[in-house]
Amino acid sequence: MAEQAPAPRPPAGQSAEGEHAPPVRAQGLVKRYDEVVAVDHVDLHVRTGDVYGFLGPNGAGKTTTLRMALGLITPTEGSVELFGRDPLRLGARALEGVAGFVEAPRFYPYLSARKNLELLAALDGGEARERIDEVLEIVELLPRARHRVGGYSHGMRQRLGIAAALLRRPRLLILDEPATGLDPAGMRDMRLLIRRLASEGITVLLSSHQLPEVQELCDRVAIVDSGRVVYEGALADLRRQGGAGYRLRTTDDSLALRLLREAPGIEHASTGEHGLAFQAEEREVGALSLSLAQAGVGILALTPELATLEDLFFRLTEGHAATRSAEDRSASDAEQRKDGQQAPALTGNAAESR
Amino acid sequence: MSAAVAQPLAAGLPAHVRRPSTLTIWRWEMRKLISQKRTYLGLSINVAFPLIFVVAQLLRGHPGHDSGNIFFSYVTQSGLATPVLTLFFESAFLLPLAASLVAGDIVANEDSNGTLKTILTRSVDRGQVFTAKTLAAMTYTTLAVLISAATATIAGVAAWGFHDVITFSSSIVSAPKGLLLVFAANACYLIPLLAVVCIGVLLSTVTRNSAAAVVGTLAITLLLALVTVIPGLEGARPYLLTTEYNNWHGLLRTPTDWAPILHSLWVCALYALPCLAAAYLVFLRRDVAGG
Repeated sequence: MAEQAPAPRPPAGQSAEGEHAPPVRAQGLVKRYDEVVAVDHVDLHVRTGDVYGFLGPNGAGKTTTLRMALGLITPTEGSVELFGRDPLRLGARALEGVAGFVEAPRFYPYLSARKNLELLAALDGGEARERIDEVLEIVELLPRARHRVGGYSHGMRQRLGIAAALLRRPRLLILDEPATGLDPAGMRDMRLLIRRLASEGITVLLSSHQLPEVQELCDRVAIVDSGRVVYEGALADLRRQGGAGYRLRTTDDSLALRLLREAPGIEHASTGEHGLAFQAEEREVGALSLSLAQAGVGILALTPELATLEDLFFRLTEGHAATRSAEDRSASDAEQRKDGQQAPALTGNAAESR
Repeated sequence: MSAAVAQPLAAGLPAHVRRPSTLTIWRWEMRKLISQKRTYLGLSINVAFPLIFVVAQLLRGHPGHDSGNIFFSYVTQSGLATPVLTLFFESAFLLPLAASLVAGDIVANEDSNGTLKTILTRSVDRGQVFTAKTLAAMTYTTLAVLISAATATIAGVAAWGFHDVITFSSSIVSAPKGLLLVFAANACYLIPLLAVVCIGVLLSTVTRNSAAAVVGTLAITLLLALVTVIPGLEGARPYLLTTEYNNWHGLLRTPTDWAPILHSLWVCALYALPCLAAAYLVFLRRDVAGG
């Protein structure tokens, strides 16, 4: 039997999946600064075509994670790959097809916007030079292209950061808080641009504090808190997990509330300023409407209310924070108990000595 | 932002992006230096000094000096004595100052400005960026020395003519040979000065702070200069970087004394190479967390 030729080994720092590898794959990523754990075993899986939201409160470790992804800082543990390539081992080669910025985009203040982009185009091999006008036009900085970046506003620098990223014709765009400092029109335009980039097949990894923006743009999200991923997956799944809520207004709310509380599968029924509220699966709602009708209760309005990303974000991060403080408290209690076991002895000794 | 532009922004990316050569990065480093006002500070001091020197000698109006430097007594007889004397004065502090101003700033400035992350996320390797930056600091230093020498030569010749010039051995050399010797002397002086650049690049990389790196580099050179006058440390003198500032004297002797130049080559390498190697390793492995 003819021996099958072994599959060629990929070059060092590159996974065997080659071009089919996911745009971002981070596994067990840890970054420790002395005693402080900035990033704690983070796993991320950004798939081709995703508009992936990376959410978390300030200091949650988002920017540190993105810096590790771009090879700017070395992970203490774990690995990260961009299209199957390790930025730490392959350096610039791992960033082919990748563009973006972490924290605020920075430029040389003493050079004009055009000169800054010419420099960056040169650092990309020079081919992008002819696209400078095009990208400046996209971010509406063409009329100010000859002005020094030192005189630019924060919003203009954000836009120039996008222009600099687009020069590379990226397949993966990493944007860290791109809407920060933009006025409402600028934020709207940024959303339109990101949507357009996604429609052209660019995978976008978007770190943002703007939860409505993420809700509108992203299909998958990772939520980090204190360096840990507390949720990763489809945004729709997250919202489903958050529970489907309904608002109900009837001709007889008190009878309707009694029926809601008796009905199987209906949870958290309550009355409020705008009628009744409850949580249930869709099939239970059908049965409920029939039982309301049979009881002679007219339905004035029955509206589904999915939990917003904001609700879920706070539920996850504050819940996590609460769990963490409970853990901290119990650890501290345990410490105190440990100390306390010795304390009576000391007290006893002290009493004896007295 | 205009989202209505028709051209595709994405994909279509070639399998391998063309990467720039280190020469291209060096060229951009030079353009960055040219665009910064601080670049001209050290340069202008070293251009101003020869001019002040010539004007002062013209106003003084008579030759001769009792400093023991043979070129002083010759200063009004040949314009070529001026670049030798200005190199003599500038070599101890003004030219190291110019070198420190740029070398100490070249990496740290990118750190404080946050632009290191901007360039390191393009198609360049860290090693290329480091090499280009070091070469740019060395190029600037070389230009500062040559421009200073050219200014001194032009001012001296304009004031006192292009005549034969004396050497440290009291022999007279023709004006063309004297001119060649002047620039050769400046080239020799570059050996210790480029070692100063290496110290500056190391401090710039390690401290991430321009002021600390510039002051630190100057402080090291001043400390080495002070060590030479401490009694009991005479044995260390031949191995101090600042002693090598005078290596070019051997060129202006008849016959040419190559020993100090060859000695300075290996002594300066002892300072320059470990500094460069350490700076390179730090730059390659460091976290770019600022900005």
